Amino acid sequence: MSPGAGTRQGWGFVAPALLWTAAFFAAPFALMVWLSLSRLEGRAVVPGPGLDNYVRFFTEPSLLRGLVVSLEITAVVTVVSVALAYPLAAIIAFRVPKRWQRAVLVLAILPFWTSYVVRSYAWLLVLGQGGVVNAALMGLGITDAPLQLSATRLATVTGFVHFFVMLLTLTIYANLVQLSPNYARAAADLGAGRVATFVHVILPLTLPGVVTGAFLTFVLCMGDYITPQILGGNTELTLPQLIMMQLGRRGDFPMASAMAVILMAVVSLAYLACARWLRVERT
Amino acid sequence: MSAAVTLRGVSMRYGGFLALDNVSLALEAGEFAVLLGPSGCGKSTLLAILGGFAEPSAGTVEIGGRDMAGVPPRHRPTTTMFQDYALFPHMTLVDNVAFGLRMRGMGRRARRARAEELLALVGLEGAGRRHPDALSGGQRQRVALARALAVEPQVLLLDEPLGALDLKLRRQMQDELKAIQRRVGTTFVHVTHDQEEAMAIADRIVVMNAGRIEDEGPAREVYLRPRSLFAAAFMGELNQIPGRGTGAALDTPLGRLPLAAAGPVVLCLRPEAIRAGPVEDAPEAPPAIDLGPARLLEATFFGTHHRAHFAPLAAPDLRLVVHLPQGTAPEPGATARLWARAPVLLPRPAPEATP
Amino acid sequence: MTRAWRWLGWVYLALAFGFILLPVGVLVTFSFQDGRLPVPPFRGPSLRWYAEVLADRRLMAGLGNSLMVAGVSATVALGLGFLAAVGLARHQLPGAAVLRLVLIAPLTVSYLIIALGLLSLYNRAGVGLSLWTAGVGHVVINLPLCFAILYAAMGPHLRAAERAARDLGAGEAAVLWHVTAPMLAPALLAAWFLAFTFSWDEFIIAFLLTRFDVTLPVEIWALLRSGISPRANAIGSLVFLVSVVVVVAVQLIALRKARA
Repeated sequence: MSPGAGTRQGWGFVAPALLWTAAFFAAPFALMVWLSLSRLEGRAVVPGPGLDNYVRFFTEPSLLRGLVVSLEITAVVTVVSVALAYPLAAIIAFRVPKRWQRAVLVLAILPFWTSYVVRSYAWLLVLGQGGVVNAALMGLGITDAPLQLSATRLATVTGFVHFFVMLLTLTIYANLVQLSPNYARAAADLGAGRVATFVHVILPLTLPGVVTGAFLTFVLCMGDYITPQILGGNTELTLPQLIMMQLGRRGDFPMASAMAVILMAVVSLAYLACARWLRVERT
Repeated sequence: MSAAVTLRGVSMRYGGFLALDNVSLALEAGEFAVLLGPSGCGKSTLLAILGGFAEPSAGTVEIGGRDMAGVPPRHRPTTTMFQDYALFPHMTLVDNVAFGLRMRGMGRRARRARAEELLALVGLEGAGRRHPDALSGGQRQRVALARALAVEPQVLLLDEPLGALDLKLRRQMQDELKAIQRRVGTTFVHVTHDQEEAMAIADRIVVMNAGRIEDEGPAREVYLRPRSLFAAAFMGELNQIPGRGTGAALDTPLGRLPLAAAGPVVLCLRPEAIRAGPVEDAPEAPPAIDLGPARLLEATFFGTHHRAHFAPLAAPDLRLVVHLPQGTAPEPGATARLWARAPVLLPRPAPEATP
Repeated sequence: MTRAWRWLGWVYLALAFGFILLPVGVLVTFSFQDGRLPVPPFRGPSLRWYAEVLADRRLMAGLGNSLMVAGVSATVALGLGFLAAVGLARHQLPGAAVLRLVLIAPLTVSYLIIALGLLSLYNRAGVGLSLWTAGVGHVVINLPLCFAILYAAMGPHLRAAERAARDLGAGEAAVLWHVTAPMLAPALLAAWFLAFTFSWDEFIIAFLLTRFDVTLPVEIWALLRSGISPRANAIGSLVFLVSVVVVVAVQLIALRKARA
């Protein structure tokens, strides 16, 4: 096949996917940005360009609070999830006999197979006033009255951590298992104890994978509507919840779009920070 | 600093599989020993046992007179150079080499200086700031060597370190390893499956097969006076002629030969130990052995010699490989008389165990 | 010292598993609750909630819709992704790196934002919401996934086999049918299943982009609006069990194939 005909065929193959992405991803995205610069008056959208929506977001405390709440929750969730998942992944990778590792791993991520919505609902059951946790606490005599555990930030964080510990265990395990066993052997051979081997060799070698996993956690957590809506109660709202509110109550597409753009901007900043850190780590 | 290594009755069993069978070996301090054998012969297992990465099922291991039972790699006076080098990719070369010293508590300046010294020793002076992924295979290997030597081990264990290198680089590294070992004086235990490599660098070769030691000694001894058929065949190309000794003579398919032997034996002759001359020539004086006339089947030019296949007239089904001098002009179909020197007689193994 | 660490490790493992499996355990256990609330004390077991769920026409319709949307969107995404991967892997197109980035880009964007964008588009274009409009959104999120998996699976091994086939006289379509697709079969299956799973479980896009006919997650959400109920437990456990069975079955089939 001649080079020209080959390239034409190549374009022919790639075109459908490209067109789909352009029509149903790029175009909507561009529309969203355009809307974010427009205004809602009554029921009509008045085109901009204008930064009214953005200004409103950063000046109205109830709206800005949403971003702050999202960032706070996401930060806590990311740190806690990594801290809990790493040891779990390490134990499965290094302590569990090779034959059982796959089965143990599948067991550790079993809840993935429940629907995400159902999974968050299940935590509502566990943490609710009449739920198992309260029942256990009262049964053991630790408390007399049921504690308000659901509809709190704690519940939201717990729901998130539950999901991300599973995700991170999977990714960190894959990372650990890829390491050549000779690294640890060489370190021991040269005089390093268990702790020194971990600190000087294993940890630095797995850090890029951990950072990537943490970034993924950050992105998914920032953009999630379901878990805070089910478990968070109505006292404080996250950014995705505010976006949905703008859509639902007032049909304010411009405002919702502006907030979505802000969400994207935050995620992009995190991406740049991670990419830069990863590049620095290499050299 | 170097130490002697003594193994007594060491066996290693993995489930039903016997990787090492009652191995006993004594290596002298400061010696360059090579464990030589085919895949699965147990040489890497033996090395792992010496390094402390595996505990033997039976037997004792002594290094420098100390019993190593239950001593982990951390506390043994050995370091290992792994087959994949296992250089820490996130550290500079200097930090890699200095790692062992750091674990021993040496201060930063002192250990960095020592690391630079060692990098110079292996020919990588000034490259300290670089990272392992910027190096070639041969360079990485040198860094691995420097890192292993930095902690001044009494015994250095090398697990097929030259396997990943191409021929020319391998030859070069063999010379360098030998030179470094002489300089540093540490006992080296080197594992390989390449008998040429073993001969190039070893003070003592230990030939292994199926978990047992077949032969050991300096290269010259193992090559010219092998103690087992396997070792003889493994060390180089070998002509094997079956025979039965009558006491004063040896009956072979080529006829009765004037060699003292008893019982079933194999007459082993290296290709370079057989000379071909004109059929009519007067018999050579003993100890040269007259193998009788043989027909030349084919010959290939190998640079330093011609590699020729002969079929003896007395036993036309037998094939003898002979190295003819560079200057000869062999003609396929011609007949010549073969004379052999330096014969080696080894007992014929039971039929199932024929290599 | 080492023994203490070892012991601690197993304790941590047990605690972690307890935490991870607690909600699922509670969900499944109380789906058999013989009572109105899926909370302690446990009374039962009773299958009445399962019976109610299976008789609930809306839920079953949602289930059927989910299967349909997942199946169709996964297939479309696979088809588009396969062609794109073949096109980029085989030919040196100008700006290939940029093209790959564009195709993978949707993976990096939150589903909520993708849904919002499509909703705005549909609004502007005056298109009514339906399972189709949601399905389009599912293809958007699954296409990058299928493309990435298939592109990564197209190694030099495959290229060599294709070249051999062409050398022996096969036309392009024949090469795709007899060589490329069969060799990529594991990757194709994996990509399809992953896309199916993502679509099947997806909530926010389905929620915003459907109107009358909805998918199962959206129905479950509606169910949750009215508070906790063993019905939700029942349908949740049902979904969970079916998923587990499918995954186990796939693993067993794969194991049997590998052994044969």
